[in-house]
This record gives sequence, C-alpha cells and structure tokens, in this order.
Amino acid sequence: MLSAVLTLGIAGLVFGGFLALAAQRFKVEEDPRVAEILAALPGANCGACGFPGCAGLAEAVARGEAPCNACIPGGDAVAEKLASIMGMACEAVEPMKAVVYCQGDNDRAQIAAEYHGVEDCHALHQLGGSKTCPYGCLGLGTCVRACPFDAMYMAPNGLPVVIEEKCTGCGACVRACPRDVIDLVPADKQVHILCKSYDKGAQVRKYCQVGCIACRICVRACPQKAISMDKDTLAVIDYSLCDNCGICATKCPMKTIVDRQQPKEDKQAS
Amino acid sequence: MITIIKKMIGGVPVPDKKELSEKAPVEFAGIPDELVLFMSHHIGAPAVPLVKPKDTVKRGQLIAEPQGLVSAALHAPTSGVVKAIEPRFHPVLACMSEAIVIEPDGKHEPVEGLAPKASDLDSLSAEQIRAIAREAGIVGLGGACFPTSAKITPPEDKHLDTYLLNGSECEPYLTADHRVMLEEAEKVIFGFKALMKASGVSRGIVCIEDNKPDAIEAMKQAMSGYDGLELAVLTTRYPRGGEKQLTQAVLGREVPPPPGLPYDVGVLVSNVGTAYALAEAILTGLPLVERVVTVTGEGVAKPSNFKALIGTPVSYLIEKAGGFAGTPGKVIMGGPMMGCALKSLDVPVLKGTTGILVLTKEQAVQEPILPCIKCGKCIDACPLGLQPLWISAYAERGFIEEAESFRAMDCMECGCCAYICPAKRPLVQLIKMAKAEISSRRKARR
Repeated sequence: MLSAVLTLGIAGLVFGGFLALAAQRFKVEEDPRVAEILAALPGANCGACGFPGCAGLAEAVARGEAPCNACIPGGDAVAEKLASIMGMACEAVEPMKAVVYCQGDNDRAQIAAEYHGVEDCHALHQLGGSKTCPYGCLGLGTCVRACPFDAMYMAPNGLPVVIEEKCTGCGACVRACPRDVIDLVPADKQVHILCKSYDKGAQVRKYCQVGCIACRICVRACPQKAISMDKDTLAVIDYSLCDNCGICATKCPMKTIVDRQQPKEDKQAS
Repeated sequence: MITIIKKMIGGVPVPDKKELSEKAPVEFAGIPDELVLFMSHHIGAPAVPLVKPKDTVKRGQLIAEPQGLVSAALHAPTSGVVKAIEPRFHPVLACMSEAIVIEPDGKHEPVEGLAPKASDLDSLSAEQIRAIAREAGIVGLGGACFPTSAKITPPEDKHLDTYLLNGSECEPYLTADHRVMLEEAEKVIFGFKALMKASGVSRGIVCIEDNKPDAIEAMKQAMSGYDGLELAVLTTRYPRGGEKQLTQAVLGREVPPPPGLPYDVGVLVSNVGTAYALAEAILTGLPLVERVVTVTGEGVAKPSNFKALIGTPVSYLIEKAGGFAGTPGKVIMGGPMMGCALKSLDVPVLKGTTGILVLTKEQAVQEPILPCIKCGKCIDACPLGLQPLWISAYAERGFIEEAESFRAMDCMECGCCAYICPAKRPLVQLIKMAKAEISSRRKARR
C-alpha cells in the first residue's frame, strides 16, 4: 500500500516537474493581438479575404501581412477595430454586394430538357444545363448553400435571389457558381445588365425573353459612356463610370437592364 | 488460334439489347442540310481552321490542321460552302466550342488528288502508315478519340509486344462495330495489320464478345490469310471492352492506374472502327469523314446502322431511322452505360459517336434516390477495385481531397456502380463532379 502510494507520488512529481520545465523551455510566443483581432472579426470563415478562415486572417494581420481592411464582410466597422488594435491608419473598405446576372427563370428562359440527377449546379454544368442558354443560371441553388450569411434564397421561379441587406460581399457564391453568373459589384450601384450570354442576338431571342441581344441601344443611350460591348455580343457596365441614372434601363428593349432604385414591376429579379 | 476467356474483375451482367439493330445492314445516311465540325473532336489540342466563311470545300479536303503531336486533322465530309466558323454547343464537352459549319451543295464531289495510297502493306513503311493516319485525321473511334498517329508512335523506352483489336463492343444496344466486322472484315483486318506494322508489333489478337457469333465467323475467315493473328472470344459482360479490362482478361497483365496506359505493359489496344478507318485511308485515300453510327433504342421506329458524315445532326439521323416511336424520354449520345444525355437534338455526330440511343418515356423514369446502405455492391462491381460509395459520399459533401485520396481520378466512369446500386444513387455523376473539381484544382496549383 505504502510503496504504491510512494511510487505513484514520486512518478507524479518527476513527470510534473518535467512538464513544468518543458512548458517554460518550449514556450510558444503568441502575439496577444491575434486573439483580439480574432474576437473583432465576424467569425463566419467565409474566405472572402483569401486566408483560411478568420483565424488565418487574424494571424496574417498581426504579422502585418494583410491590411486592416482585408475583411470584406466586416466592412468599415471591423476595419476600424483592427486598425486600433494594430495601432495604424486604415483605408475604408468599399462595400460590395453580389448580383445574379441572369433573369432567365423557368418562365422566361426556354427549358430544353428535364434534369434528373445530383442536385448540384456543378453536376448539371457538366451536362450543359437544362436550359437552352449555355451561359445562364442553372437554378439548382449551389450558391444559396454556399452563402455563409443566409443572404440568398431560391425564388419559386428557379433563380437565386440576393437579400441586399444581408449580403456582405464575401464572394462565397461567386466562387461556388460554375457558370460565373454571380459577380460582386460596389454596393451603391443599382443599375445592372442581367445577362451573361455571348450568343448572337437572334440566337438569344430564341431561348430567352430577357437576354441581351447586343442591340447597342444602351451603349448609345448612356450619357456617361459607361456601357461597352464585350466580344461584340454582350453589353457590360463599367461600374467606375456608372452614376445610376437608369436611362439604359428605360431604353433596353429586352428589359435585360434593371434599375433597382425605385420599386418596379420587375422587382422579382431584385 | 482461338482462346475463350471468361475471367473478369468486377463488372455487371447487363441485358445487351443488341437484337434491335444487329440485323440492320449499314446504310449511307445521306447528306443533311448542315454539317457542324468541331475543332475539338479528340483528346489533345484543338485543330486550327484553314478555311474561311464562304470558301467552297470538296469532300475529303483538309479544313483544319492539327496542333502538336496529340491532335487530329479535320476534313470536309462532303462538298459545299463554309457557312460560318462560330461557337456551337459541343455535346460531350457540354460547352460552346469553335466549329466549322458547312452547307452541303449535294454534289458530294471529292477533292482532287484523292487517290489510293497503296494496295498492299508491303509497299508502305511504318513511318508512311503513321503519316497517313495523321493526315487522315484518324482518332480512336471507340469513343475516347485519342489520335491514332500518336498511339502508334509510343515512347521509345516502352517495349511493345502485343496489339489488341477491340471488337468486344460491350456497351448494350450498340451494334456499329458488330456491323463493321461483319460487312468489312477484310478491311478491318487489313487496317489492323497496318496498325501493327506502324507500331512494330508482331503479335495481334482480335477480341470479340461471344454474343456476336456471325462477326466472329466473318473475322475468322478474314484472318485466315495472315500470319501472327489470334482470335480471343470473350464471354459477354460489361465493361469487357475497356482497354485495361481487355488487356487484363486476354493477356493477364494488369495496367497500372492512371496515368498508366496499356503500353506500360507492352500492349496497344485499338477499336475495329479505327482499323477500318485506317484501311479506308490507305486503300481509297479517303480521310476520316464518315463513320458507322447505330441509331437504336425502343424509342425509335426503325433501329438502324448508318454510315453518317461527321457533323450530321442527331435530329437528321433519328428522322432517317423512322423518327420517334411513341414519346421519347431520353436521347443519349453513345451507349446507355457511358453515353451522355442530350438536351438538344441540334448537335452533330462526332468522330467518337458510336451510337444514338433513344429511350422511351417509361424507360427514362428516374427512381427516387435513397440513402446509401453501405451494402458494398458497387465495390464488387467496380472493375478497377475502387470504392464508389465513399468517393461519391465525399464528393456530395464537398470533401474533394478525401475523394482524391480514395483514387477518384482512377475512375473510368463505366457506370457499373450506378447500375448495380440498390439505392439508385447517381454514383458516377458524383464521382465525375469530384473529378472535375480535382482537375481544376490541379490546374490551379500548376
């Protein structure tokens, strides 16, 4: 009895002493700011900053390898907090938001075939999609499932909808979309050309009621010269020039361009 | 010498349904209103167009030249005018892809200088045969479309001893290779000897499944005049005709996993259609501008075998086969196991299109997908010894690295696992999804 107590007791002391020594000797120096920064970050691990989760960004910021405004979902508020922790000045974050560049829902885009199979846009994309349009939204909601902020939902007409108040512009949906239908745009821009089809006008007309037919009316109408033709077949807005005047939206014969500043009949796409 | 081979790893017994079209002789399908010829008909670099819109072309004229060693030339299948060079929907790549669109003039005029290259093989050297294969734009017609000239020019450090001629046609429904062997046995064997000569292999084995007794008989007769040829008759089981499965069954040599190919164990494998196309190129000088396509299934009125010009629209061929019988449920390019479902009939026949399969509405019903019960049937069925249940489960949840560690990239997408799955899980589709993601990540890393 006594010998057992002694043996265990002495063994415990020896190991305890060794552990205490090791803890001193091999101590890992950790920047106390990392924990502070991590606490200030939103904690969604969305990956918008390009680092592996919020912890990855916190370490990078503490080491000075990432700017204070790297967290896009956090916006200015988080950037200011990080700047004060790091004791440095910080540029403002330009708030971004996601826009779904397709209005070809189940009613307005031609459905070529029924799809049975894996409910994932990547799987459907490998088969060319179920709509005739080879560029538009596939409609299986992979982006909605990728959104870490619950800022998207699938509308009954088969298109994803971004809830602007919740969208932080992290870009998780942009990366999830196999067809690059979703883009990030500056949050204050309200006029968008919602089409990604590079087919010729006659072709687009056949399969979509709201696709860009490359008529160039918007290019001529824009007072800011912000609209140009991409590959001669698709109109695109240069958001750095656009001033939200909305003239193009009123002129667009296909209603491809939407102006989301005032309530419109077209609200379902917003 | 005839060997009968029964052994096989994995695989599934599938109803072969060949009776629908195996008795239909090969007919010329005719000249459609429009031919669409993609620059990417094959594995490797896309060809580069040599013609411009409004140019007139003749049958057999070179219209696009190959880029690099692993690439294939493209020729005009008939005479006519180039209507446009524009992106069209590619049914296999499932994206828009550059294509030459030809409007035929109906005269079917051959280009000048289209003459036989030789009447026998003794007058041709190995290099000359390879050059003919390259100039004629011949690719593997079994479906993978690997440029034949590249195949018969293997790296010098590989020692090759056997050439397998693949006439097993294990995909259900398809009878294109069957009809070619039956009707053109002499030419197939001639082409096979040319392939053997070009690659410097002296032992050739013709491999046919035992559900084609008439083809076996025809090929046996055609072979009798040549030395160094053997016949292997294989029992009918899917996927008998995969080149790795064939090498293993006939020669007992296991092909290493990708990037391993049969030539790593000293073997080359070519489809009978490829041998026939090469024979045509040598004996008539006609490049690869047409191929035999089976149009079959319970959903067509008159299942047929057509000699179709490359680029013929699928809708035209179905029309030629008497149109739809009843309500079509699904149109598949290729066979039911590995083919791809078409969303539109306005897509052309490619060099690798073995068949067009039309299933009826009743056949194409999708049964509900149930959870995996870990029964392990897919593991038994996988001819490559993979574990489809785990790969697909990882793919479904986005664990791409785990799927890769379970060797997703080795999968050849034969479809045995999905066929045998009692829960009707879309295993192959999930694995394909993982494979696409793995390759895009590998590309990004490079």
